[in-house]
Amino acid sequence: MTERSTRRVAVRAGKHVLLIAIAVVMLYPLLWMVVSSLRPDEQIFSRAGLLLTDVDLSNYQDGWDALGQPFSRYVLNSLLVAVGCIVGNLVSCSMAAYAFARLEFRRRRLFFAIMLLTIMLPIHVIIVPQYIVFSQLELTNTFVPLVLPKLLATDAFFVFLMVQFIRGLPRDLDEAARIDGAGHARIFLRIILPLMTPALATTAIFTFIWTWNDFFSQLIYLTDPSVYTVPVALRSFVDSASSSSWGSMFAMSVVSLLPVFVVFLLGQRYLVRGIATTGIK
Amino acid sequence: MSALGELSRLRRESTSRGPVTARGKADERASWVFLAPWIAGLLAVTIVPMVASLWLSFTDYNLLQAPGWIGLDNYQRLFDDPRLQNALWVTFRYVIVSVPLQLALSLGLAVLLNQGMRGLALYRSAFYLPSLLGGSVAIAVLWRQMFGHDGLVNQVLGFAGIEGRGWISDPSTALGTIMTLNVWTFGAPMIIFLAGLRQIPDMYYEAASVDGASRLRRFRSITLPLLTPIIFFNLVLQVIGAFQAFTDAFVISGGDGGPSDSTMFYSLYLYQQGFKNFDMGYAAAMAWLLLALVAVFTAINFAVSKYWVFYDD
Repeated sequence: MTERSTRRVAVRAGKHVLLIAIAVVMLYPLLWMVVSSLRPDEQIFSRAGLLLTDVDLSNYQDGWDALGQPFSRYVLNSLLVAVGCIVGNLVSCSMAAYAFARLEFRRRRLFFAIMLLTIMLPIHVIIVPQYIVFSQLELTNTFVPLVLPKLLATDAFFVFLMVQFIRGLPRDLDEAARIDGAGHARIFLRIILPLMTPALATTAIFTFIWTWNDFFSQLIYLTDPSVYTVPVALRSFVDSASSSSWGSMFAMSVVSLLPVFVVFLLGQRYLVRGIATTGIK
Repeated sequence: MSALGELSRLRRESTSRGPVTARGKADERASWVFLAPWIAGLLAVTIVPMVASLWLSFTDYNLLQAPGWIGLDNYQRLFDDPRLQNALWVTFRYVIVSVPLQLALSLGLAVLLNQGMRGLALYRSAFYLPSLLGGSVAIAVLWRQMFGHDGLVNQVLGFAGIEGRGWISDPSTALGTIMTLNVWTFGAPMIIFLAGLRQIPDMYYEAASVDGASRLRRFRSITLPLLTPIIFFNLVLQVIGAFQAFTDAFVISGGDGGPSDSTMFYSLYLYQQGFKNFDMGYAAAMAWLLLALVAVFTAINFAVSKYWVFYDD
């Protein structure tokens, strides 16, 4: 081996060492939380290692029933909100995207620009009046304020993602259908929608993760423990728990991260493609 | 490409309108149907609430009595409220420190990973996962333990013989712990950078190699300039996001922005005023100030971008 290629191997090895070190630092807290949730409480503050001598599931049992309702209730509530938001986003955003990508209409550019601008709008300027209206309609402590906006295509980045995707589909397909006499409803439902499943999958996955993690609006709208979602329940756990129940708090945190982790494993391809094409977070 | 690229393209393009045809009419009609949910949402969920919150910001309203017009009093209060100024300062420091750190880290790792590293997919997954989990209450709970007095960080420091402190209970370090959480989620911008790096044609590098350009030189003269639109895009989005940071500060401080308001983010203060004290008028004024600040920062970003962002087209 020449000196030069030895050096090259060394440099490459050095890069891997650096990358692995960074990955370890980043993932260690997560692994440690999972391990700690399986340890008796008193060990959480004394063991920094990952070695698990014996598995103790009592934190999960304690945490599950630590609040007024069993934790499954909050998981179910979160799932209901997530499913509602996913369906809403899929239907409303794909319709808007078809119009922006394929239809010629007056003020299209203006509307499109407005749509892009709403991506950057802070939620704060609309949440105060929204809250007032929903509380006057006595719809706080229901899932309506969380799901209804999604039925109205307010998650503009998904509209944008789908527009980008539809633009990439060959127009000949639509033209052929048009010549055969198909209307827009038919072209959309029979041709475009089946072809855009990757974009729909990306939307569904991101909507799931964001809704599952969303805290601000769920904290504002859900104040009655029976409608708490997972994040709101976890937070009330933190509030009420004394420092001795870190174990069960960790256990429920792990439970709350698990669905996102599973979705990440299954849908990574769509996630990576989604943020690479639109630059959403 | 990105939403921002699209916006600037729309601005550059001139308006051109074709003749109205039968097909145009059919499109026009269909567009109303397809856009109906979006238009309804734009009006009912965005524009009307925006106008309403602007109006509310000139009133005194606590949900119980009808709003009473008080003119500019809420805005006057913004200027006189030391806690609000503190919240602005906290948020501002958070943006200025954590966003550049996060972007530098994500760019550096993207460049490193893009050099044909083996195991790219594995590294990418490992770095990306935290940005999906990062915004959650669960991770904030973890951070609260880790940076607590007896937490994981101090245990690890203890092995090295370093005496730690209660990072979260100390006003001088509490904000720093929340900044680390934001830096920890660098994976999303990293993936955007990776996608951008892949679009740089190889021939540029080949030509530079032929000319004898060094590695550093190639990075400085090819990679960096061609990536500037993406750096800019990430910068704008991360700044907008960081201005609205809420969950981490809320959970880590136990909801009060403490100790001694050192983690009182702007969003957190707005939440307290609006949804704890039900001082809706003041909260609305705060929201409009936030919108103005985000708009000003974004405008500055756009204005300054002329001097450093390089557009290939």
